[in-house]
Amino acid sequence: MDIQVIIDNLPLYLQGLRTTIVLVISSLLVGLCLAIPIALLAASKNKWASALPKAYIYFFRGTPLLVQMFMIYHGMGQFEAVRASFLWVIFQEAWACALVAFALNTAGYTGEILRGTIEQTPYGEVEAAKSCGMSNAQIYRRIILPSTFRRALPAYGNEVIFMLHGSSLAGLITIVDLFGAAKIVNARNFVPFESFIAAGLFYLAITFMIVWGFKKAEHHWHAYLRPRES
Amino acid sequence: MATPALRVEDIHKSFGTIKVLRGISIEAYEQDVISILGSSGSGKSTLLRCINLLETPTSGKVYVKGELIKMQELRSGERKAADRKQVERIRSKLAMVFQQFNLWAHMTVVQNVMEAPVNVLKVSKAEAKERAEKLLQRVGLFEHRHYYPAHLSGGQMQRAAIARALAMEPDMLLFDEPTSALDPELVGEVLRVMQDLAEEGRTMLVVTHEMGFARDVSSRVIFLDAGLVVENGSPDQVFNHPKSDRFREFLVGVF
Repeated sequence: MDIQVIIDNLPLYLQGLRTTIVLVISSLLVGLCLAIPIALLAASKNKWASALPKAYIYFFRGTPLLVQMFMIYHGMGQFEAVRASFLWVIFQEAWACALVAFALNTAGYTGEILRGTIEQTPYGEVEAAKSCGMSNAQIYRRIILPSTFRRALPAYGNEVIFMLHGSSLAGLITIVDLFGAAKIVNARNFVPFESFIAAGLFYLAITFMIVWGFKKAEHHWHAYLRPRES
Repeated sequence: MATPALRVEDIHKSFGTIKVLRGISIEAYEQDVISILGSSGSGKSTLLRCINLLETPTSGKVYVKGELIKMQELRSGERKAADRKQVERIRSKLAMVFQQFNLWAHMTVVQNVMEAPVNVLKVSKAEAKERAEKLLQRVGLFEHRHYYPAHLSGGQMQRAAIARALAMEPDMLLFDEPTSALDPELVGEVLRVMQDLAEEGRTMLVVTHEMGFARDVSSRVIFLDAGLVVENGSPDQVFNHPKSDRFREFLVGVF
C-alpha cells in the first residue's frame, strides 16, 4: 500500500472533487427544473398531454446513463447540422456533454419520483382547496407541490446519491472529476488499488454529507408526518 | 319575497348509468339552517357537492344569490362549468366542511385557516392571522394553533376545518356529514360549534345523520330518498307529521 502516491497527488484529487461537486450540483439543478414540468404533465389525466413526458421518462430510465452520455459526446458530432449550428459550442465540450447527459437523465428519474407523489396527493386536500375557490394554478402552487416535495424527499435523496456515483462516468470522456483524477494517478504510477480507493473514500465522504443533509431536511419538512414531540 | 340565497332547480346527476339525483329542487333563504337527511346512497352528499360544483350536475340549474352558475355542454355530451372565474368566486362564498376534514396536512392549524383568505381573498397576512386566531379561539383551538392536523383528535380537526371555512366569511356554509367520521364522544364538541353558528344566523346546509341536530337546531328538514326530495318542511312537520312511509321507516331504522 503506497499512501505517499495519494498524498503527492492530493491536489489532483481535490481538483477532481471540485469538478465532481460542480458537475453534480449543476446537473441536479437543471434536472430538477426539467423534472417539475415533466412530472406535472406526466401526472395529467389528459392522455395526449402525458404521452410525451411518459415516453421521456421511459427512455431515460430505460437506457444506461453511459449510453446516453456516449450518444451525446460521440454521437452529436457526426451530424453536420449540429456542427454547423450554435449547438456545437455546447457539444464540442466534454464537460457540457456530461452536464447535458446527467441533467436529462436525472430529470427522467426525478420526474418519475414527482409524478408518483403528485398522483398520491390526498384528493380530499385538493377538493378542500377547490371548495375555497382556489384556481388550478394556486392549488398546484400552494397545496399539491409543497406536499409533493415533502413526500418526495427520501426518494430524491436516493436519486442525488445515484447521480453522484453516476457522475463518475464523466471520467471516461476526458473530464478530470474524482474518477478521472484516480485514472490519471493510476496511469502515471501503476497503483490501481490505492488510486481508486482514494476516489472511493472521497465519494463515501460526499455521500455521508448528502445523507446527513437529507436527514436534517426530512427532520424539518416531515414534522407533520411524525408523532408530535412533547 | 327576497332572492333566495340558494336555488337549485331540477338537478339530475348520473354516474355512468347510475342515477343518483333524479330531479331535485330546493331553495334556501338567508339564515336558513337546512338539514338534509337520507340513508346512504340517497344522493344527499352528491346534492351538496353539485351546489359548489365539486360534481357537475348532469342537468339542472344552480342559482347562488340569484346568480346562475353558467354551464356549457362539451362535444362529448358532458357538461362543465362555462366560466372558471365565476365558479371560483362562487365557491369562495360557499365554504364547505367535509366528513374527512380534508385539512392540508403539511400546514399547521393556523396556516390552514389563513391559507384561503390570503390567497383567494387577498387579505393581508397580518389581518388573516388576526382573523384566524380569533376564529381558533372561538372553536377552542387557540392553544393548538401551531399543531399539524395529524397531531389533533378528530373533533379538533373538524373544528379546525370549521374555522377554516369561517375564515372565508362565506355567505353560506355547506356541511357534508361533519360528524360521521368522529368517535361518539367527539360528536358533541363539533355539534356545539355548529349550533352556535346556527344561532348566530348563519345560512347553513347540513347533510347529517344527527337527528337531534336536525330536529332541534335546523329551521328546515329535507329528506331525500333514491335521488328525490320526499319530505321538505319544518322539523315539527317532518318529524311529527311525516307525509311519507319512507321517512317513517327511516326514523325507525335510526332510533
